[in-house]
Amino acid sequence: MVELASGEAMATWLPVIWVALLGTAVALYVVLDGFDLGIGILFPFSPEEQDRDVMMNSVAPFWDGNETWLVLGGGGLFVAFPLAYGIIMSGLYLPMIIMLLALVFRGVAFEYRWVAKPQHSSWDIAFAGGSITAAFMQGVILGGLLRGLPVQDGHFAGGMLDWLQPFPIFVGFATVAGYALLGTTWLIMRTEGEVAGQAREQSRVLLFVVLAAMAIVSLWTPLSEPRIWERWFTLPNFFYLSPIPILTAAAALMIWRGLSDHHDSWPFIGTVSLFLLAFAGLAISTLPYLVPPTVTIWDAAAHPSSQLFMLIGTVAFLPLILGYTAFVYWTFRGKVRPGEGYH
Amino acid sequence: MDLDAVLLARIQFAFTVSFHIIFPSFTIGLAAFIATLLVRWRLTGEDRFHRLARFWTKIFAVSFAMGVVSGIVLSYQFGTNWAGFSRATGNVLGPLIGYEVLTAFFLEASFLGVMLFGWNRVPPTLHVLSAVLVAIGTSLSAFWILSANSWMQTPAGHEVRDGIAYPLDWLAIIFNPSFPYRFSHMFTAAYLTTSIVVLAVGARYLVQNRFIEEAKTMVRMGLSMVAVLAPLQLVIGDLHGLNTKEHQPAKLATIEGHWNSNEPADFVLFAMPNKEGSGNDYEVKLPIPGLASYVITHDFEGTFPGLNDFKPEDRPPFLPVFLSFRVMVGLGLLMILMGLTGAFFWLRGTLFEKRWYFALVQHSWPIGFIAILAGWWVTESGRQPWLATGIIRTYDAVSPAITFNAVLTTLILFVLVYSAVFSMGTYYINRLINKGPAGAAEKPPHGQPTRPLSAAEDATREAIIGA
Repeated sequence: MVELASGEAMATWLPVIWVALLGTAVALYVVLDGFDLGIGILFPFSPEEQDRDVMMNSVAPFWDGNETWLVLGGGGLFVAFPLAYGIIMSGLYLPMIIMLLALVFRGVAFEYRWVAKPQHSSWDIAFAGGSITAAFMQGVILGGLLRGLPVQDGHFAGGMLDWLQPFPIFVGFATVAGYALLGTTWLIMRTEGEVAGQAREQSRVLLFVVLAAMAIVSLWTPLSEPRIWERWFTLPNFFYLSPIPILTAAAALMIWRGLSDHHDSWPFIGTVSLFLLAFAGLAISTLPYLVPPTVTIWDAAAHPSSQLFMLIGTVAFLPLILGYTAFVYWTFRGKVRPGEGYH
Repeated sequence: MDLDAVLLARIQFAFTVSFHIIFPSFTIGLAAFIATLLVRWRLTGEDRFHRLARFWTKIFAVSFAMGVVSGIVLSYQFGTNWAGFSRATGNVLGPLIGYEVLTAFFLEASFLGVMLFGWNRVPPTLHVLSAVLVAIGTSLSAFWILSANSWMQTPAGHEVRDGIAYPLDWLAIIFNPSFPYRFSHMFTAAYLTTSIVVLAVGARYLVQNRFIEEAKTMVRMGLSMVAVLAPLQLVIGDLHGLNTKEHQPAKLATIEGHWNSNEPADFVLFAMPNKEGSGNDYEVKLPIPGLASYVITHDFEGTFPGLNDFKPEDRPPFLPVFLSFRVMVGLGLLMILMGLTGAFFWLRGTLFEKRWYFALVQHSWPIGFIAILAGWWVTESGRQPWLATGIIRTYDAVSPAITFNAVLTTLILFVLVYSAVFSMGTYYINRLINKGPAGAAEKPPHGQPTRPLSAAEDATREAIIGA
């Protein structure tokens, strides 16, 4: 296998395949955990216990599987690009650990809240606080990474608080709003009555906030990084990349129409599309760098033998995983009603 | 990173990984126990198995949630605090952890949803299958993570160039020399730990005279596992020790408190290293000369490497390894005593008369967890000063940019958050246990089950026909 893997072509293409796979995993994570983090972000705006029960039950069978994509993201980075893994984790040390601790709180809240009843109010707070903090820190991590991390000798060479800058903080708030929109549109699709009605109202506001945030990020990054400006605003790139903003507008329209015309699944599908388009946009801005502005996917790649060994497993198992994930979603399809759940 | 920061980072990792391992130790066995209950329910149609399965599933859900969230932290901590480690070993360990995610994590997380919420959503057979898949998922997870850990202990199938390990032979990497022993030892430990908890909860109900039918089922299932697995674990542990002698002699010398390779080793019960670091102070030994040599080499006159064969900087820290080992073995012997005593009464048909036995056993639930923690401290401290034996030392493995204050801050946060989550989780599990299986008869249906004659008859019949 070593002889096979030492080929020049392997070393060139395996990192490309891996960055595509990893990108898919992270995009799936953002969309899937995004809506269940969104439910937590919305908790403070739904003070009724019964509404909160329904909201939580609408995501309870899925959250654990959703969060596993985060493990695959972290694990996948470790597998395919160990150098980048080390740099990113130590470079965004505090946001990373605060994010993980926030996920601890909200994760256990799924179970604790039920067994604690009727004294569950502190777990409501843990669920909401944990979700908001985790979402915010994920945005900060993304923003910090987009800004770039200084690297020396293969190690992060900046300060512990480098991320405490306007841009990462802004992306943090934008992520909270984005996940909240995923949450409200999920509730429109999966619940009825008061919960769905309130989510419809919230979606209208959140849609504008999210679109504004996307516009600001789309201007902020090219204006502060010439590299990104060149990628987007030179010919012929400008034309090749024009579908992205056009499709974004179409997705926004789909959400809006779905809200007005009561097509209950349109807003969610539209929001997922918004996220995927934003994700594609960020990838276009950043690649081939994995850790801008110096470390490319080839610099950071694991040995081809490791990438190949893992690729075989991924090709074998990923369809299986997607299959039974789809099965679980199909099993729990339809509207969630009050009083459903196993507790 | 300065030395103090390294120490803090080590404390932090020891804390988060110790906290985490408690939950897999429980859920690996518990998933199998619940799957067994459901299968028996489908086969026999007896409702007590169904009630017990539902009851333990609630406890499983709380424990599993704690295991998942503390596990996610670990998959990122290799990078946050230990960037040098992920760089040096990522080529080899990355895929092992990747396979764990692909084959195990998704399986258990996805079917956990069906297992918890699918009672009325999917056909019973599919629900039972989900529980079985969760149990398989937890076992696969143990397989990969123990393979990764064993490779750090006894690396194989790789070559090192410029301080970075490159894979040569994946089968040799996965099935590295200590893996079969470590995997059997931990897997048995997990089942043993769960069995003890099940037995203890059953004993608690018997003492309280509640849920008699369910309690007896739990006692029989738990006890039969403990009676078999506890002695078996001693044998596996012994084989593991022989493997350690071959591949990690400094660890074994520390475990035995053995310094001089030219003399047979006595069985040291307690000792502290002397000031010069060349022998034991305050030594307490079993009065059988050469007993440790007999255990290790199967010869009272046998010799094996002592700590003086190793430079001080190449020795593991003495007390954590030495003391933890004694805690582990002591608790293991207690488990054997507990299992064989119970089995003896069971065979004589008097088990359910022995209230004193249950009064003691109900307090035994933590001993499996403590033994597992102690065992991991032995093996992880015993690997020091290496993080991956012969490849990278712990002090070279940290992230250079991480500061003392950053590690201290996050360590405090981890301790605060985990303490809150852990104490509440334990409190809720205890509350669930006190509440008992839903739908079960709170009190025995007729008479007192402790009436010696009827209980003895019951027990005898059950011992003969099997629980």
